[in-house]
Amino acid sequence: MKYLIIILSTVLVNNVIFSQFLGICPFLGTSKKTSTALGMGAAVIFVLTLATLVTWLTNEYILQPLHIGFLQTIAFILIIAALVQMVEIILKKISPSLYTALGVFLPLITTNCAVLGVSLTVVTKEFAFVEGEAARLLSLGESVIYAVGIAIGFALALIIFAGVREHIDLMEPPKGMKGTPIALITAGILALAFMGFTGIV
Amino acid sequence: MSNNLQTFTKGLVKENPILVLLLGCCPTLATTTSAINGMSMGLATTFVLLLSNIFISLLKGFIPDKVRIPCFIVVIASFVTVVQLVMQAFVPDIYETLGLFIPLIVVNCIVLGRAEAFASKNPVWPSLLDGLGMGLGFTFALTLLGCIREFLGNGSIFGFGILPETAKILVFILPPGAFICLGFVIAIVNKLKKESH
Repeated sequence: MKYLIIILSTVLVNNVIFSQFLGICPFLGTSKKTSTALGMGAAVIFVLTLATLVTWLTNEYILQPLHIGFLQTIAFILIIAALVQMVEIILKKISPSLYTALGVFLPLITTNCAVLGVSLTVVTKEFAFVEGEAARLLSLGESVIYAVGIAIGFALALIIFAGVREHIDLMEPPKGMKGTPIALITAGILALAFMGFTGIV
Repeated sequence: MSNNLQTFTKGLVKENPILVLLLGCCPTLATTTSAINGMSMGLATTFVLLLSNIFISLLKGFIPDKVRIPCFIVVIASFVTVVQLVMQAFVPDIYETLGLFIPLIVVNCIVLGRAEAFASKNPVWPSLLDGLGMGLGFTFALTLLGCIREFLGNGSIFGFGILPETAKILVFILPPGAFICLGFVIAIVNKLKKESH
């Protein structure tokens, strides 16, 4: 039940793009076609989950015991950059087909602020799932589920947005609105729709 | 001298990181719920941009080309940690509001972008001007967006009430308003750009 609440709240209610504003650059950059959106979405699900797992463990067993929590930002970004590089090398070796599908998106993910954002959120922010329960930090399992939920939310938003954008390309918006402005306004309307989920968990 | 001046002013208008180049959208959308928040975020980013540009320009002879990106990230992340700790100590309220987006300056494309495109190829003085210009351009765009959203959503600018209670359009300080506002501001900038050609 607890895990279901985490998934629902991260995918729909606190959607990473429409309510937390993380990962907007890849959201705008890779949403011109549904196929690229699918690739990027899959790559983010993969890396975000792995990165959260590794950074959570690093924080718990290295940074906290040594009392160097203030180095979180530096440590996490280096771990994420190294991890992405490593995933790229491993994928190339063991699954070339997956590499060709996700390959181009992997380097982009290092600067996807959703990855660093989620890694930092799960080790600093306190959550309360049941009403009345004291807010506390997430455990490892909950953190990973949280990351999976955020990543699914990202992929969902990206794919919906790409679908809408493909249709907008066929329309004739006013000249100044062409390209980014109309895309941003579309995102705004989608965000309004996602606000409808507020309060379900 | 005119060259230096150009390095400084290009970030303010012609190559404004947000309004023209569309870099660093996340803090732009997330922290502009009020003019003061937008401005604090802009200034924090300017500080990091300025110092990282200076240091990367100084270190450019020592950093091997192959590992330059990780080196840049370490330099940037160090300054971000400095900003984070200083803000936590002296302006805890603003630090609370901006929250996650202060550490996220590390992954702001503008900072790494300027390090890679400008500071790693130019001497210290132009890099400093470039960092300052780009940072102030970023601050300007964030403050502008913050003013518009605060005015429409809360009826005030920098906390001074202007519109009556009934004229507030709450949605502009909620997430959808951020997207819609930025969309219209960029549309207006595009229009002005076309006319000036």
